[in-house]
Amino acid sequence: MLVAGLAAALACSPAVDARAELASYAVVGDAIPVSLTGAGGDPKKGRAIVANRQVGLCLLCHSGPFPEERFQGTLAPDLSGAGSRWSPGQLRLRIVDSTRINPATIMPPYYRIDGLERVTPAFTGKPILNAEQVEDVVAYLATLRDAKQ
Amino acid sequence: MRIGHAAAALTILAGIVPAGAEIATAQRKSGYDFMARTTQAMQDGDTSNPGMLWVLDGAALWDRKAGAANRSCADCHGDAPTSMKGVAARYPEFNATLGRPINIEQRINLCRADRQQAKPLPYESKDLLALTAFVARQSRGQPIAIAEDEPTRRSVETGRAAFVRRQGQLNLSCAQCHDDNWSGRLAGNPLTQGQPTGYPIYRLEWQSLGSLQRRLRNCLTGMRAEAPALGAQELVDLELYLMSRARGMPIETPAVRP
Ligand code: HEC
Ligand code: HEC
Repeated sequence: MLVAGLAAALACSPAVDARAELASYAVVGDAIPVSLTGAGGDPKKGRAIVANRQVGLCLLCHSGPFPEERFQGTLAPDLSGAGSRWSPGQLRLRIVDSTRINPATIMPPYYRIDGLERVTPAFTGKPILNAEQVEDVVAYLATLRDAKQ
Repeated sequence: MRIGHAAAALTILAGIVPAGAEIATAQRKSGYDFMARTTQAMQDGDTSNPGMLWVLDGAALWDRKAGAANRSCADCHGDAPTSMKGVAARYPEFNATLGRPINIEQRINLCRADRQQAKPLPYESKDLLALTAFVARQSRGQPIAIAEDEPTRRSVETGRAAFVRRQGQLNLSCAQCHDDNWSGRLAGNPLTQGQPTGYPIYRLEWQSLGSLQRRLRNCLTGMRAEAPALGAQELVDLELYLMSRARGMPIETPAVRP
């Protein structure tokens, strides 16, 4: 009974999740001025997301003020001081979809599900980060005020 | 002159090679050149290279009779160091009967089916890796020499299209890492040019020998893109493109990689 119920739930779930609804947002200039969730993010959670190699993946390419992380990337600017260089709205657009700023960028679009080819089934229809996670990352980056942290 | 300098300065500032260009012949480097000295030494010595265990197994299989025909590879091909020299440097090769390029593993399995009347060996099985490593070892030091005829060129183009296409949830192409950013570090480790010179390789992370297609599936999984099944034509075309991109570079099989 339990097994059959579970199997049914599993069989149904892809149809339910397949197209996660993304929050709508407006781009103004090179920024998304308004929070995707309508609320501010949590910088502590944001730091954990950025440092996590399976969740944020940021340190594959970037380095930043993470003395505890030995392995960091050199393919992208150091994140230190990002909050002095950019407003929260500018940071939000860069996380949501960097190709809107530089079409040739290697930075993945973290909050976009359309226009992607051959996504593996486990990730199809899902953004890399959800709206809440994007806001947490923006809140964390905004705290990086000084290039020498 | 001025403009040239400014462009060069900008490139250095950005810290990356200009996007969208294939690597110039003189700039090509094997994954070997990016490795720590100790890992290079492991590859260099026949007694320290773990891949040689598979090569030795392959040598035994080469001489062993198999299948309904009860014939060994050696019964048809004789002495491998002579008959197999340079063969792996030409693969994948266009097969006129099948009308498509096949890789070296598929060539070995064709011989098993047609000449030995034996079952094909599964991809990544110990025996197929051993035979492939043994055959490719006979080309060590030989320059990669993919054919330049029309049907081969068409498959190379198909492979190249896959190489430059963005794919997966991370929206990356192979070229963005291996053509545009090979001088950088991904998560602290050197990113290389993705040269196919050493396969099958002993990868320290795998603790085993593995094929080029296994490596390609690793990259695709990292990009969160669909990874075609081992043996899929798409992967053979990609192998063929990589080998044509490495034309003239010496075969290193069995290479060691981190
Ligand atoms: C695969 C590579 C890659 C990954 C992964 C990546 N980025 Fe980037 N990012 C870049 C590159 C390259 C740039 C430089 C500008 C450009 O090319 O668009 C950039 C630019 C930025 C910028 C603006 C530049 C500045 O002044 O700091 C910010 C902020 C940023 N990234 C944050 C992040 C965060 C946060 C993550 C993870 C959630 C992340 N990136 C993941 C490659 C990457
Ligand atoms: C996000 C970056 C990235 C992308 C995109 C990527 N790779 Fe890789 N690839 C790596 C890393 C890291 C390694 C292991 C270190 C190295 O050899 O570069 C690697 C290794 C390889 C190797 C082995 C090189 C050797 O010396 O043995 C080949 C071949 C290769 N990649 C081909 C490809 C192909 C083809 C694609 C696209 C289907 C691709 N890669 C996409 C990062 C990437």
